[in-house]
Amino acid sequence: MSILVFIDQSEGLLKKSSFEAACYGAETAKIMGTDAQAIVIGECKEDLSQLGNYGISKVHHITDNNLQHFDAQVYSNVIFNACNSIGAEVVIFSNNTTGKAIGPRLSVQLEAGLVSGAVALPNLTNGFIVKKSVFSGKAFANIGINTNKKIISVNPNSFSINKTNNTATVSSLQVSSTSSKVEVLAVNKVTGDIPLGEADIVVSGGRGLKGPENWGLVTDLAELLGAATACSRPVADVHWRPHHEHVGQTGLAIAPNLYIAVGISGAIQHLAGVNRSKTIVVINKDPEAPFFKAADYGIVGDAFEVMPKIIEAVKKLKSQS
Amino acid sequence: MKILVCISKTPDTTAKIAFADNNTKFASDGVQWIINPYDEWYALVRAIELKEANPAISIHLVNVGLADSEPIIRKALALGGDEAFRINADGSDSFYVASQIANLAKEKQYDLIFTGKETIDFNGSSIGAMLSALLDLPFVSHATKFDVDGEKAVISREIDGGEEINKVAFPLVVSCQKGMAEQRIPNMKGIMGARTKPLQVIEAASISNYTSVVSFEMPPAKAGVKLVSADTPEELVRLLHDEAKVI
Ligand SMILES: Cc1cc2nc3c(=O)[nH]c(=O)nc-3n(C[C@H](O)[C@H](O)[C@H](O)COP(=O)(O)OP(=O)(O)OC[C@H]3O[C@@H](n4cnc5c(N)ncnc54)[C@H](O)[C@@H]3O)c2cc1C
Repeated sequence: MSILVFIDQSEGLLKKSSFEAACYGAETAKIMGTDAQAIVIGECKEDLSQLGNYGISKVHHITDNNLQHFDAQVYSNVIFNACNSIGAEVVIFSNNTTGKAIGPRLSVQLEAGLVSGAVALPNLTNGFIVKKSVFSGKAFANIGINTNKKIISVNPNSFSINKTNNTATVSSLQVSSTSSKVEVLAVNKVTGDIPLGEADIVVSGGRGLKGPENWGLVTDLAELLGAATACSRPVADVHWRPHHEHVGQTGLAIAPNLYIAVGISGAIQHLAGVNRSKTIVVINKDPEAPFFKAADYGIVGDAFEVMPKIIEAVKKLKSQS
Repeated sequence: MKILVCISKTPDTTAKIAFADNNTKFASDGVQWIINPYDEWYALVRAIELKEANPAISIHLVNVGLADSEPIIRKALALGGDEAFRINADGSDSFYVASQIANLAKEKQYDLIFTGKETIDFNGSSIGAMLSALLDLPFVSHATKFDVDGEKAVISREIDGGEEINKVAFPLVVSCQKGMAEQRIPNMKGIMGARTKPLQVIEAASISNYTSVVSFEMPPAKAGVKLVSADTPEELVRLLHDEAKVI
């Protein structure tokens, strides 16, 4: 019996959310008295033995011509075969777009109960119970998995990376695969940008910024902080910003270390997507804005006056450090 | 072409989230129920748009739920579904729900199955992918655009840090999100017509639950906001650096 962690990669580079999943798998393995192994699918530019730093003992690398492009059906079939060959009982994913596309498929194939969006390690004192985020971050549910095999997908940014100094053994694994029925016509990467779901810091703007021409206040600060940018729904609806920046109940749900909201009222549907952020900063000219109730730090003031000063202060801080 | 749209009933986005029976159940008293926004705004409306472009398309709706789901099923019919099925069960386990829908889909042989990318209550993001496994069909998740090109579908889907354009032959399963379509409200004609559209109740098959809800909990309350004067925004930067240690 062993724990298998799916390591997601993008263009040959391992994702931060994969390291989180690896650490989660390693901690779970400790609780269960076993070891955590990893599976990497497709060509990879990185040295996979580094996964030892995240608690992985052994990496199974699977490459073949059918696996050059991600396809939920093909990948889940391959992971299913790998689970059988390795004897994996518990499979861990990151709950990112890839994990969401494969985890539930694998659940059916392995006849393994799935908890998606886990925010804490499993509790084994009375069954196998995993805490997950529900109601778009407004609450948690403790879910019991009733099946022998189990799948957990971990919410990005909700489990901290604990880096040690170890090397994993890497070997290639031969399992049969099928060819994809999905033809990829194009891949359009927003290069240079930090993926919003993985970002440690997010700077976000709302209707209070009045128009797309003022977004420099958000993007300049984001650039200085190495942050991703986000926006409220009406801002994306009127195309001031692209749809993929829309956070909230009907957009992306994120949980960065720091979320800075500029000119956003903090409607309940917006909060639903950002309330798992560890520190929330609100800049709004209306002291009654509901966002202040959910904030850790705030400035009641005009963003057009406050933001340039914040940007200056961050520049100064960065030049000192 | 036959399209199946999966419709889930969720609490309204402004509903108060609280729990009853020793935190084992969602406190539904006084809660307004809606069609899960991803199912309605994106999956269903896109299906309706496809039908408007090609009247030979028929749209079936399926909900796994009890009789109290019928108002939202009628609303989906009013928006433009042709026929609806309610599988009579109170499912909270994704595998249970997906298996019920798969039974219907096996019988009806749909060309296309749409789900929302997730529900706003359980945030499971599972039904579409599970259906694709149960039916052994290709699955395209997080679709932001969907068009028909002859015998194939051309789909834009979100990936981490960008988008991908896929082309897939029918039949397939697609999970839908923002970008697919614009929100609509049903018109009078739709509402009147929905009353007589077929809504068939099917008894649920006996299927075991892979998971069960043990309890719910609310997140710990915030300590309260620390306000910095608008005259000294640099103080905020200092606090974020020295106190919160986040920059
Ligand atoms: C079913 C449903 C789902 C929804 N889903 C989402 C979702 O996923 N995400 C989302 O964001 N919204 C969502 N909404 C919309 C949500 O209810 C709010 O309407 C929206 O979040 C408001 O966006 P906003 O804060 O940018 O704009 P407003 O509400 O217009 O707020 C603008 C804010 O800017 C402040 N302001 C104005 N000028 C300045 C200035 N010069 N300096 C500083 N502050 C200033 C104002 O005081 C105000 O608080 C949803 C709504 C519904 C009904």
